[in-house]
This record gives sequence, C-alpha cells and structure tokens, in this order.
Amino acid sequence: MSTSTPLEPDTFAITADLAQPRLPAWAVLLDVVLAAGVAGLLTLLLGWSPYAGLVLAIVLAALGMPLWSLLVEGRRAAADRLATSVVWASFGVVLVPLVWLIWLVVKNGIGVINSEFLSYDMRNVIGEGGGIYHALWGTILITLAAAIISIPIGLFTAIYLVEYGRGSRLARVTTFLVDVMTGIPSIVAGLFALSLFVLIFGPAIRIGFGGAVALSLLMIPTVVRSSEEMLRLVPSDLREASYALGIPKWRTIVKVVLPTALGGIITGIVLAVSRVIGETAPLLVVAGATDTVNFNLFNGRMTTLPVYIFQQYSQPGIVGPAGGDPPGYARAWGAALVLIAIVMVLNLVARIIGTYFAPKTERRR
Amino acid sequence: MSVTAPPQPPRAAKPVVRPGDRIFAGTARVAALTIMLALAGVFVFLALEGYPGLSAPERIYAPATDFWSYVGPLVFGTILAACVALVIAVPFSIGVALFISHYAPPRVAVPIAYVIDLLAAVPSVVYGLWGGLALAPATRPLIDWLYDNLSFIPFFAGPPSVTGRTMLTAGIVLAIMVVPITTAISREVFAQTPRLHEEAAMALGATRWEMIRLAVFPYARSGVISAVMLGLGRALGETMAVAMVLSATPVVTLNLISNSNPATIASNIASNYKEATPDKQAVLIATGLVLFAVTFVVNFAARWVISRGERNLTR
Amino acid sequence: MIRTSFRRAIVPGLAVLALALTGCGAGNSSDGSDGGDAGSSLSGSLAGGGASSQDSAQQAWRAAFQTENSGVTITYDPVGSGTGRENFISKAYSFAGSDSYLNDDEGELSSAKERCGGEDAIEVPGYVSPIAIVFNVPGVDSLNLDAKTVASIFDGKITTWDDPAIAALNDGADLPDTKISPVHRSDDSGTTQNFTDYLNKAGDGAWSYDADGVWPIKGGEAAEGTSGLVAAVKGGEGTIGYADESQAGGLGLVSVKVGEEFVAPSAEGAAKALAVSKPVEGRSDVDLAIDIDRTTTESGAYPVLLASYLIACQTYDDANEAALVKGFLSYIVSEAGQQASATQAGSAPLDAELSAKASKIVGAISAK
Repeated sequence: MSTSTPLEPDTFAITADLAQPRLPAWAVLLDVVLAAGVAGLLTLLLGWSPYAGLVLAIVLAALGMPLWSLLVEGRRAAADRLATSVVWASFGVVLVPLVWLIWLVVKNGIGVINSEFLSYDMRNVIGEGGGIYHALWGTILITLAAAIISIPIGLFTAIYLVEYGRGSRLARVTTFLVDVMTGIPSIVAGLFALSLFVLIFGPAIRIGFGGAVALSLLMIPTVVRSSEEMLRLVPSDLREASYALGIPKWRTIVKVVLPTALGGIITGIVLAVSRVIGETAPLLVVAGATDTVNFNLFNGRMTTLPVYIFQQYSQPGIVGPAGGDPPGYARAWGAALVLIAIVMVLNLVARIIGTYFAPKTERRR
Repeated sequence: MSVTAPPQPPRAAKPVVRPGDRIFAGTARVAALTIMLALAGVFVFLALEGYPGLSAPERIYAPATDFWSYVGPLVFGTILAACVALVIAVPFSIGVALFISHYAPPRVAVPIAYVIDLLAAVPSVVYGLWGGLALAPATRPLIDWLYDNLSFIPFFAGPPSVTGRTMLTAGIVLAIMVVPITTAISREVFAQTPRLHEEAAMALGATRWEMIRLAVFPYARSGVISAVMLGLGRALGETMAVAMVLSATPVVTLNLISNSNPATIASNIASNYKEATPDKQAVLIATGLVLFAVTFVVNFAARWVISRGERNLTR
Repeated sequence: MIRTSFRRAIVPGLAVLALALTGCGAGNSSDGSDGGDAGSSLSGSLAGGGASSQDSAQQAWRAAFQTENSGVTITYDPVGSGTGRENFISKAYSFAGSDSYLNDDEGELSSAKERCGGEDAIEVPGYVSPIAIVFNVPGVDSLNLDAKTVASIFDGKITTWDDPAIAALNDGADLPDTKISPVHRSDDSGTTQNFTDYLNKAGDGAWSYDADGVWPIKGGEAAEGTSGLVAAVKGGEGTIGYADESQAGGLGLVSVKVGEEFVAPSAEGAAKALAVSKPVEGRSDVDLAIDIDRTTTESGAYPVLLASYLIACQTYDDANEAALVKGFLSYIVSEAGQQASATQAGSAPLDAELSAKASKIVGAISAK
C-alpha cells in the first residue's frame, strides 16, 4: 500500500469495479428451486429412481449458480460462487450417511434402553433381559486408564516436537514414527499388549489394564499429531512477549502456549478417546470377556461396550417362539446407542472445560 | 504473494537454564523417547513372533502357496481400500471443514461440528453393521448403473455383486470413518488462521474463495496434511468394519464392484486369528509386520511428495 | 475468576455422575446372591475360552451353573478354537472349547499331555450343532439336494437355480433361472471346516479340496461370521450358504440326501449322525475324539454337523480348580446341561450313551 494520495483514474477504476452487477440474494433460492424442479420433472418423465433425481438436483443447483454468476458477475465472482456451491454440496452429501447411521442406531437402540438395561449385567442371563452395567464400567475404567497413560505422553511429545526439538534429528524421527504408529492395526496392538503382560505376569493374565495399554498405543499418535499442529499454530508473538517479560520457557509453555491452543488440543484428545472407545479386537484379546461387573483394572477380566456389542451381534441367541430377531441384536443396538451417548457427554464436558480455560481470542466460534 | 509467515521457532537469546526448564524439557524428551520405545517394542514383538510365519508349511498358506503370494493380495487390498477411502474422504472433509469454519453461520456451525466429532466415536462394529446391513444393499442400483455405463473402466469391470458387499462399499465405509478425523483437525486449523491475514485479503478486494486460497490454505497446509495422515492411518489399520463389510478372497483386482475383492491385512488378521493354529498365527503376525512396512513406505512416500511440494511453494 | 466458573460447571456434573454410579453391584447380581447356594461347596472363579461356536451354549451352561453355585464365576472368552487350545496349553485357561479335536500334526496333542503333567488330556464333545445349508430364492422354502450337487454349486460348476441337476432332485419345484451366488465364510471357522469335510467325503469326487477352516476356493461371495453370512444370504437374491441351524431362521433350508431319503437339518438328526460315527483311532481312554461319518446311510441321521469339544486335564495342582472344572464339565455333559444348551442355543443334545461315557471321564477329574 503506498501512502501517496490516489490519482483520479484509479478511483474511477475502483468505482467501476465495485459497480459491477451483483446477483440479488434471492438468486440462490431461485437456483435451488429451479434445479429441483428440472430434476424432479426429468425424474418423473423418464422414470428414474428418486436417488438419481436427488443427485441431478444437487449437481444442477451446484453448477447453475456459478454459470449464472459467470454471465452476470464475471469470472472471479463465478469462481467464488462455485466454491460456495461445492462446499455446501459436500457438506450436504456427508450429512447423508451420518444422519442415516445415527438414525439407524437410535431407531434400533432406543426401545431397549431402560433402567434395567443400564443397571443389570449379563450374569446368569439367557435369552431376553440382562443389561450393560458391567460393560459400561469396563468401558469407563479402561478408557480412563488409557487416557491417563496417553494424554501426558502425547502432550509432552507434542511439546517436545514444537518447543524443544524443532529441526533436531530426534524430532524428525519421532514425527515420522508417530505417523507409522497411526497405522498399527488395533488387533496387533492387542496382541502386543498381551505378550507384554504374559511376559511379566504369566500366561493366565487377562486384566483390564492390559486393554488400556493396548488402547493407549492406538491413542498416542492421534494425541501427538493433533496437539502438535495446534501448538504449532500458536503465534510466536505470544511466546516472544512472554520471554521478553523474563518468564522461563516452561512457564511460558504452561501459561501461554498451552492455554492458547487448548481448544484444539481438547478436540484432539476427544477425538483420540472417541477413536479408541469403540475398539473391539484388542480388548477381547487382552481384557477377555466376562458377564459380571468388575471394578478392578488390575485383577480379572473386564468387558467393554464394543466387545459386548460384538458378542451380542455374533452370538445373538436363538429366536424365541414369538419369532423376530434373536434377543442379542436389540441389546447390541442399545449398547451402541449408550456408547455414542457416553462420548457425547464426554465431548460436551471437554468442550465446557475448554471454553472456561481458554483465553479470549479472536478465533471464530 | 506472501501473506503468511509460519510461526518462527522462539529464539532464546541468552539461555538462562533454570531447573524448572531442565525438568520440563527432560520430561518432554522422555515422552518422545517413550513413543520410540513403544514402537520398537511392537516391531520387535512382530518380528520375533512373525518370523516363523515367513516359512511355514505350504498348506498353511492355502489357497496360496508361499508367504509372498499369500500376503501379496492383502497388501494390494489394503492400499486399494485406503486409496478409495481417501479419494472419497479428503475432498469432502476439506469441504465440510471449510463449511464449518468459514461458510456456515456460527450458530449452525457449532452443533454440526459437534455431530461430526461424535461420528468418530461410533464403534467400528456398528460401522460394520451399518455397512453390511444398510449401505451394501443400497449401493446395488449404483453398481449396476456403473457396470452398465462405465464397465470399460477397469474399476467397474464387474460383474456386479448381488449383495453389494464390494470394495466400493468398504471404501465408502472407511471414508465415513475417516471423515470425522480429518474434518475435526482441518477445521481447527482453518479456524486458527489469523484474522488479520483474512481481513487483509478481503481489504484487497478478494472474494471469499480467493481469501481462502490466499490466506487460509497456505496457513493450514501442514495441519491438513497431518489430518489426512491420521485418516490414512485409520484407513490402513481398520479391522472389524472392513471384515464385516467386504466380501474377501485372495485375488488381485482393480475391480471395485464385484463380489471377489482382496481383503486388507488388518481385516484378514481379524477374520483368521481366532481359529488359527500356532503356525497360522505366526503367518498372520508376519502379515502384521508387512502392514507395518507398508505404513512405513506409504508415510515415507507421502512425506517425500509433500517436501517436494513445499519446495515449490515460497513460504 | 476462571476457577469459580469452572467449578460451578463441574460440580453439578460430578454430582450427577456420582449419583448415577453409586449403586455398586449390578442390579441383578446383588439380587441373586441372597439365596440359591444352599448345599453348594463350590466357590471361586474358573477361566476358560476357545471356540466362539460354543459361546451361546456356554452362556446357558454358565447361567445355570452359577445360579446353582452362587459363589462361582465362570468366564469363557470366545477367542476362537486355535487361541483356546493354545491358551489351554500355556495354562492360561483351565479348560478350552475347540471345534476340532487336538491334532498331533503340529504337536498339540503332546503339548497338551505335557501341560497336564504327563497325563493324557481329556477331550469330550460338549456342543453338537447341525449345519444348515441355507438359500434365498423367492418362492422356494426347501430343496432336496445330494452332497454331489451341493459340492458342484459351491464349486461354481452349477450356476443357475434351474439347472437340470437341481431340477432332477426336486420334482415339480418351480425353480427360477436366477444365477446362484454361493456365500462362504471369510473367517477361519469350524463351520467351514466341517462343511468342507462333508463335501469332501460325501461329495462323490465333486469336491476336490481337503477339509479346511479357510474356504479353499478363490473368488466368490464371502462374509464374516455366522451372523454376517446369514445377513449376506438374506441380502442377495439367488444366494446359498451354510450356517448353524439355530441361526438360519427365515431362510430356505436344503434337505440333504442320506441313503435313499432326504433329511432336513435338525438337532435329533445331528445327534443320531454323531452316535453312529466312530471314535478316532489310537486315542487314550479319556479322549472321546470322533471322526464324524459323513457318508452314513442311517435313516434320519443328518451328517452335516459340527461337534465342538471340551478340553481339560485329568488332574490339577490346585484342589479348588479341579473341583470347579469337574463340577462345571460334569454339568455340561449331563442331561440337564445338554437340555439347557438345546433350548437356549439350538444345539443337539448328546445321546444317552455318549453322555454317560463323557460323564464318567469328567467325573474322574481330581486334584493331585
């Protein structure tokens, strides 16, 4: 930006540019209605399936607006319109499977959930009845233990990568290894944890804590990767301001860097917890399966909700004289719904914590 | 046009090393080393347990004959499934992330972000159930159409599956499992773009899309790549969902819509580990080692591509 | 200031959480512990695991046994036969469930002997399940097929439902010209093992592959687990597969040719087929391993079945462990136990003779 006063012709050019015609706000609405109309008509006339009609309507609407804009508003505005269409369309498309999935779980699960389902375990239950109490506790305890192991390790590793080890060989190798670690199949993590505990405690060991170790192996990379990115985005002005006041580096990290990045870090942690809370295979291998509630992570088998769901699905029992689905299916859907609800609450709590601790910034949302 | 400056590493002028600092730095370094140790542990475990699997008796590998012909289709299937998943998931994730961070009205954006985060928590068994029971039958008209109109493309060579339990379906399920992860991280990164950069771009007369291209994307580049990497990890390592959705058999084919599809390494371990004899278990663990190597190579390749891309970009 | 608002938010949250979780034991367990243990001297916990095919039956046995002996907790990890056998040998499990008997090809029989302190390991059949050949062809509820035709269908040699070979066995059936899509299990399973064994032995040369837990043919439709297979058969048209009879509800059933008649899958038929089969040769007295006679011509016998074994030791170091294994296994092979699994898991009860033999063997389990 030059500081000299603008000359007359420039001013004219700007006004000319600003004066370019713009489509009114209702143009978007008209575009959508027209696209839907055309697609609906074609679908009816040519006898297409409603899905094909819907796809056509979305494509027409997404392309119609930029074309119209190109004719009236010019190339740059058309590109902008196109981008907007694409972003909206992609959002709409993603929403379909998501809503479908959640609807399926809620529809099938809601009928099962009652106080008995939540407070009974499966001890001595055959056929109908029984509940998820043992699996609920198993999930809470094992996931909590996994979080307690992996959050400090993950967070400190991210701090090392961003604040201390920048450019060092250890940092580069660690970043790479963390990426490799994201690809460990969950069952391999389970087998590894099992052989580790068998090595220490003998072959008969099946404990909930083993499951937590396996899960943290899956959780750490997500925590590291997401917190690393968030720490990296903290403006260096903030750090420098803090150093300038003579504050030690570690206090700067604790008091300035971490709070600034807190929202993102919490998203990452919640994501990591969500990623592992639904794991089945490793837990079946290390933590075993039981019908009975067990509160001790370090002694005896523990069942978690996903293991419970898998068991109820694969061994649903036999259909009663009334017919219909085997009793296990309903329990599996109910447990899935409860699991999603747990994560929802967890998510909410994490977000509340996040907003209370995070400093006021100019960030959106 | 350089509107962004990546955050510079803090420059310590005259380091006064305080004990607090030393402890903190030490802890951070130990944490990084713990990760290396854990990974080394997994590697050693896989190598020790899997080594006998490389040369087990021939009948263990049936219907293949030796380890490499056994693992070959699995490696192919793993990469194919991950590619299909990422091709679908990445554009959509970025679209949705942008929608949440820059397009949707804030009052709508927060609940949407919330719902999408929630999807990361749906257990893979449930994704498997949904994919197998609801999605697979629903894809049948689509794959029939693809076969009728596009069968000259090897991906849609057919014959179309009658149950819809195809590689395409598995790819879609994986994509939907990947979307929440990539979206969540991308949107956090997009939202962190300094407001000043965005406003500067707007003040220069940029449209919203130009502002995003000039201010948001360059700033968010590395974060989005991380997000994609995490998604890739999930796609490569997913077990139960793929096992439950995919109709798997040891073949190598690009065909996405038939009933004969290569399994992925992880789903194959999950399917076969339970009933395996010790010899077979060693073979399966050896395939786990191969998956490890595949992840290694894929990450390496991705990194190389990214660093080349970055050199072309003046940052 | 931040602290206060945070606390204000978290305290009610914690209170709700605490309220929700104050009840310690599960609702039904605390009820159950009041009575029922009169006369029972057993207590403690017993860990077993293995074949997932037995899981439903194990649930039924466990429920009944634990109700009778309320101080006892039995766990059964459905980790699969292979892992079950391995964990039994490594002493991780006190007993194991396995879809195939111990085999000395990989030294399992001798390892099991070693694990049991040099004595032969006990092997008794506990869970017998008929495997139904199920199909989904609109308008057709049942078909008569012989093993050779079934083998040709699964081998891809017969490709449409109106094939003359099928029509010849089903006079007057209205068969469509739909393509046949055979569905097999994608996981390694005892069901596949027994089904391919049947095709191999009874298929009259139409099945050239050995019996194997992994489906031996490349290509074709595959599905994970019994539930997955049943869902896949239901989801497609013209599909055919094989699954435990108890899970085959709503699908068409194949009656297989035995001798001169066609037999529909049933628990009684499976029990009969097992009763006429011969024990494996060269086994010890406590080993009831059976080679199922797939080609039996016995009237009413249904030879497509899965027999799942219970594996244990004759003596245990720990007296309590021995008492628990003895008690639980005795219950399983008893008439009451077999009846429980028949009603709750759709299995075929052992016939009286086999049950008596098995009871005698597990009744002799003792502490060292």
